[in-house]
This record gives sequence, structure tokens and C-alpha cells, in this order.
Amino acid sequence: MTTETQAPLVPNFDDDDTDRKIAFICSKGNLDMAYPALVLANAALGEGIETHLFFTFWGFDMITKSRMHDLKFSPVGNTAMHMPVGDIRIPQALAPLPGMQPMATKMIKDQIAALGVPEVPEFLDQIVASGGHLWACRMSADMNKLSEEDLYDGVEAIINASDFIEMTDGAQLLFI
Amino acid sequence: MPVTTINGREIHVDDEGFLTEFDEWDEDLAKILAANISVDLTDEHWTAIKFAREDYKAQGETPTIRRMASVGGVDTKKMFQLFPKKPAKKMSYIAGVPKPHGCV
Repeated sequence: MTTETQAPLVPNFDDDDTDRKIAFICSKGNLDMAYPALVLANAALGEGIETHLFFTFWGFDMITKSRMHDLKFSPVGNTAMHMPVGDIRIPQALAPLPGMQPMATKMIKDQIAALGVPEVPEFLDQIVASGGHLWACRMSADMNKLSEEDLYDGVEAIINASDFIEMTDGAQLLFI
Repeated sequence: MPVTTINGREIHVDDEGFLTEFDEWDEDLAKILAANISVDLTDEHWTAIKFAREDYKAQGETPTIRRMASVGGVDTKKMFQLFPKKPAKKMSYIAGVPKPHGCV
């Protein structure tokens, strides 16, 4: 169906609607659980939304310089892990065997790369370049005996729980 | 699909106003599209717009912000400066290509 419109039809980019704010709490350090927040934060930034990521507990590995390049994926306890062909589920009894974790990690990394999606450090670069804010959890830093020098350069500060709660006043929150 | 009149020409657009016919675009039209969303076009904008069109033509898909940086040579910070707040959508609109399809 063809409809004729008089005034030019211009997309509404909602530039004046700047109230929305979103924060992700990244609490996991497994490779597969690093991605949901990164993908969604990146999307939120692309929509012009103020975006914060708070790294806590195991999520600290995502921003720890010595670990962020080498996150792992384990098929242990993951019954949704299938082989790339044939829809074959990996039996849980085999999941903890030596070699399974590197194989599964490589498989998931290849699948992510095939989509043109960056690895975790490069993804954080993109999020920071897009104006995203990265924060590290004080308690996690203390537990791991890590200071700001040990963390990815894009992390703005190590902050405590109250700081985070204060900072995210009015924000939508996602715990991952 | 709606047809809208821009600069005296009939242009096919989708429900939001994004061009649906790649070949109905030209540089004069881009200038009007940019003005519609308050973007002042500079040489850097044209670099991004032209790459987006070439890449769409070659790949059949609008480049994402990441691809604009890694292949198109327009880094992410620059994209946010050129097309504030919603760089991928605004660039696509002005370049006359669909919004990017992928998540990243």
C-alpha cells in the first residue's frame, strides 16, 4: 500500500529525551556471562542513554588487566551447551574432562568473532569511546588486593556500594 | 510504504522516514536529510556517509559503529561527535541506508 504524506517524514530521534539512565552490575567472570552487559551497554550508548557498568565479585576479571584477555567458558553445569553441528548436547559427565574447557572457550570465541563482535578488552574500549562509564567495586578490589593500577585504564574509579547506589539514582538497573 | 516529498521529489521511505530506495539518494538530498535532524555536514561527515553507502552496496548491510571504526576508519568517538547521541541511526538516515541490523 502506498500512502502519500505532505510534510517530509523525518525520524524522531528523541534528542530532547535525555532522562533515561541505565546501569549494569557485572558480577560474573565467565566469558559467556561477560557479553550480555557489554552488548546491552553498547546498544544503550548507541541510543544516547547515559550508561554505567559496575564490576563486582567475579565480574572483576572483566576489568583486571592480567585476566581480562583470558576469560574462560566452561561447559560444566551448562546443559545448554551443544556442539556447533548436529545439535548434539555435551553430556555433563564429559564436561569436566581435561581439554573440554579450552575447546568450549575456543568454540564460543570463534562464534563471537564470526559475528564481528570484539573480544572483551576491545569491547570495553568501544564502550568507553561511546561515553560509557566503568566503575570498580571497592569490596572486590580489597578482597583481591587490587588497586587502580591493576585495572583496565578505562575504569574511572574504585567506588563503594553507597557511591554506586547514589550514582544510579533514577537509573534502570540490570544485575548480570 | 509511504512516499514523502523532499525538495520537490518523491522519495520512498519506511514508516519512520528512512529511505528505502538506495538509488533515490544523492548528495543534495543528503544535505536536506541532515538539515532535517539538525546535523551540519562537514568533510568528516561525508567520509562517514560515503563509506556507509559503499559498504552497504558491497555487503548488503549497513556498517555498525564498530565496523565504521575498524573498516571505515571513522573511530567511535568521532562518530558520536558527528552524529550526536544516536550515531548509527542518524548516519543511516542521512546516508539513505537502513538502520544497522546487528546487535554490535
